[in-house]
Amino acid sequence: MAKSKVEGSGSLRNAFGGVLSVFILLLIGVLAFSIRLFSVIKYESVIHEFDPYFNYRVTQFLSKNGIYEFWNWFDDRTWYPLGRVIGGTVYPGLTLTAGTMWWLANSLNIPLSVETVCVFTAPVFSAFASWATYLLTKEVKGPGAGITAAVILAMVPSYISRSVAGSYDNEAVAIFALIFTFYLYIKTLNTGSLFYATLNSLAYFYMVCSWGGYTFIINLIPMHVLLCIVTGRYSSRLYIAYAPLVVLGTLLAALVPVVGFNAVMTSEHFGSFLVFIILHVVALVYYIKGILTPRLFKMATTLVLTVGVAVCAVVIAILIALVASSPTKGWSGRSLSLLDPTYASKYIPIIASVSEHQPPTWPSYFMDINVLAFLVPAGIVACFLPLSDASSFAVLYLVTSVYFSGVMVRLMLVLAPAACIMSGIALSEAFGVLTRSIKFHINNFFVDSHTNTPATAKLGDSTSTESSVPHQNVVKSDTTAKSEVVKKEKVARRKQKKEKELTENALVKPVPAKKEKWPLVLPFEASFVSILLLIVLGGLYVLHCVWAAAEAYSAPSIVLTSHSHDGMHVFDDFREAYAWLRHNTEVDDKVASWWDYGYQTTAMANRTVIVDNNTWNNTHIATVGTAMSSPEKAAWEIFNSLDVKYVLVVFGGLVGYPSDDINKFLWMVRIGGGVFPHIKEADYLRDGHYRVDAQATQTMLNCLMYKLSYYRFVETDGKGFDRVRRYEIGKKHFKLTHFEEVFTTHHWMVRIYKLKPQKNRIRGKSKKSKLGTKSSSSKQGGITRKNPWN
Amino acid sequence: MAKATNDAQLLIQSLRKAYAATPTNLKIIDLYVVYAVLTALIQVVYMALVGSFPFNSFLAGILSCVGTAVLAVCLRIQVNKDNKEFKDLPPERAFADFVLCNLVLHLVIMNFMG
Repeated sequence: MAKSKVEGSGSLRNAFGGVLSVFILLLIGVLAFSIRLFSVIKYESVIHEFDPYFNYRVTQFLSKNGIYEFWNWFDDRTWYPLGRVIGGTVYPGLTLTAGTMWWLANSLNIPLSVETVCVFTAPVFSAFASWATYLLTKEVKGPGAGITAAVILAMVPSYISRSVAGSYDNEAVAIFALIFTFYLYIKTLNTGSLFYATLNSLAYFYMVCSWGGYTFIINLIPMHVLLCIVTGRYSSRLYIAYAPLVVLGTLLAALVPVVGFNAVMTSEHFGSFLVFIILHVVALVYYIKGILTPRLFKMATTLVLTVGVAVCAVVIAILIALVASSPTKGWSGRSLSLLDPTYASKYIPIIASVSEHQPPTWPSYFMDINVLAFLVPAGIVACFLPLSDASSFAVLYLVTSVYFSGVMVRLMLVLAPAACIMSGIALSEAFGVLTRSIKFHINNFFVDSHTNTPATAKLGDSTSTESSVPHQNVVKSDTTAKSEVVKKEKVARRKQKKEKELTENALVKPVPAKKEKWPLVLPFEASFVSILLLIVLGGLYVLHCVWAAAEAYSAPSIVLTSHSHDGMHVFDDFREAYAWLRHNTEVDDKVASWWDYGYQTTAMANRTVIVDNNTWNNTHIATVGTAMSSPEKAAWEIFNSLDVKYVLVVFGGLVGYPSDDINKFLWMVRIGGGVFPHIKEADYLRDGHYRVDAQATQTMLNCLMYKLSYYRFVETDGKGFDRVRRYEIGKKHFKLTHFEEVFTTHHWMVRIYKLKPQKNRIRGKSKKSKLGTKSSSSKQGGITRKNPWN
Repeated sequence: MAKATNDAQLLIQSLRKAYAATPTNLKIIDLYVVYAVLTALIQVVYMALVGSFPFNSFLAGILSCVGTAVLAVCLRIQVNKDNKEFKDLPPERAFADFVLCNLVLHLVIMNFMG
């Protein structure tokens, strides 16, 4: 009678819990969406940065022309005169997703523009990602941990930085795909159902469509399978989880044009094939072990080993010969730069020059994952008690992502979900132990005041809804873990001492000798204070996340603001320049600038550019870099051979904008010098220092970048004081001979120059111009037109 | 040396005896797996003779054989009554999952074959 009543109340509680968790998840989705809207509120609904403009342009094309045109699109507005095959070089997941959402909304007669859909894609998918985190953590540890992990992921600053409203980049969708794929893999591992294996392959396909980081999945999952085999956790569910994924996943990956045959030929995928073979061998071994008697099995192993080792050696030798024959051992440049952090700086300066590809500093860990940085170790400990396939996967995911985040700051994004899962597990376990202690003490208090015997039955009931088997070790290790956490808080000294005494007393106090297992609980005061402190910790985390989202990561970087004593100034120079280009130049005019601005120029100004952010052709970029580093005549020659009409430079010296072309100039020299040896970096440095003041070298003062940036700069304040470099410039009064200034924006941030056409008649004697870079311009295969000046 | 061959013969005999004890439906699935792997091998030999020019067709062919073999092995695992992990999974459900996965696999194959 009492048991059924208890069961009834238990199921009612379960039902109530289920409804409550649905509402909580809904609220988490709303939270994830809203916290990313700061940039829309502070600025406007605009697309940020550089890469998103390319994705936006592709989505516009898709929505206008349909999917067949998109698939076969050859873009002739970039990388003039080479062009770019968009269909085969872009990861279509993001654009197809946004295009589908736009088409769906419009077919339901909700008139959203393409730009609105693009801007808000990232927040919508971050809500999906937090739900996926809930599902994944629920598979690893339980629904309580799931909800905690979901709410942590909704707010973690590292993920916010790449998915604010307006940041329309691959990661917006890819992180959701990553977490969802991992969830389906763990679900298949836990249930052994082929249905989930199919879904897993389809989710992996979506991930391959979305991001180049899919190689992380196809290497992490084989590593985990190997780990399970090596630690003796092989089971038939492992086979069902992995083998269909490899076959179906490879096929699906080969379907995406960007990947194509790389899915079977590059070293990034070899790991999965190797583990596929190993898995089959192990499965066969287990099968035969099941059939034979132990003695016969021993005979079989000795026989097979002698033959098998010889065969294996031959196969491995062939494989090594094949792989070693390719210069990069089959790995692509980007993967190599991840595995060997010094590779990029030695061989591929373009990869090394991107600021996102630098290793992160220690403070950036605290900025990006905040409190999670010290909740993660507690989570790792909690994962080991007890260790299951799913929790070993979570630990492996965390360890590998910590390594990769240490190589490139951009990959902290991959660390964020792992850290959130671990912290969710840690917090949930901590809360479980603490609330159990409080309940136990409250129960004991009431029971002792009524009867004399401690009610073990009541204790069993109150703890049955939580972890069923009491973990005595859990409490001990959580105590030590929590005392670490607690110590880091600002606790009063005497409280700390009191806690220490109490915990020692609790552990020393003899457990009443009953037949049933009693969960070890913490004393009442300690658990109460600990819960309060954990809530404060959570509050601090929320505060930090909201601050980071509002102040640090919401800048659209195409519009700049600054606060001064007379209010807020808005610098909209970029859009001003692109709008000028759009309205005042011919449709077919070519614009040359450094590759950073390529995507924005094609998207907003709608003009053909020479190089853009895709950086797939190093020689072309080096040509532009050489032109920027050469004197005016030589630069005119190079640009003329590329049919360039306008040159665009970004200059921050008047307002103090630090990411302008003069600060990036050394990279232009390095990249140009990597291909054209007459450009030497030492020529531009005075005693190893990069300066543009009176101490600068003649090469520096004569190069095109200097002249185009500082032309007429002395007219602004009479002295030519550069606010970024903080000194007066070297050459102040000079005229441009081969270029003419056509537009400078309001704050002098973008300056546009036109190439002067050749004069019709040659006045006076024409000297044969000895141009060192004539070889470079003839390398372009273009006509070397004689420059008639001088 | 003689002991080794003796051992090998004893091994093979005991393997054969143990295998004969498996139920018929599992033996049918095993036959299907062997057939799929043989087809894959024939395709590889053909490619070695003729060259791999439409590489996507070759890949599609090989991976479809390997894929159906893998899926059949998964079905065998789930249907095997000796497997304690799957004792409350009805074999009809296992077969339905098998059919679904094969459908997806062959849809992709048809798309990729070109």
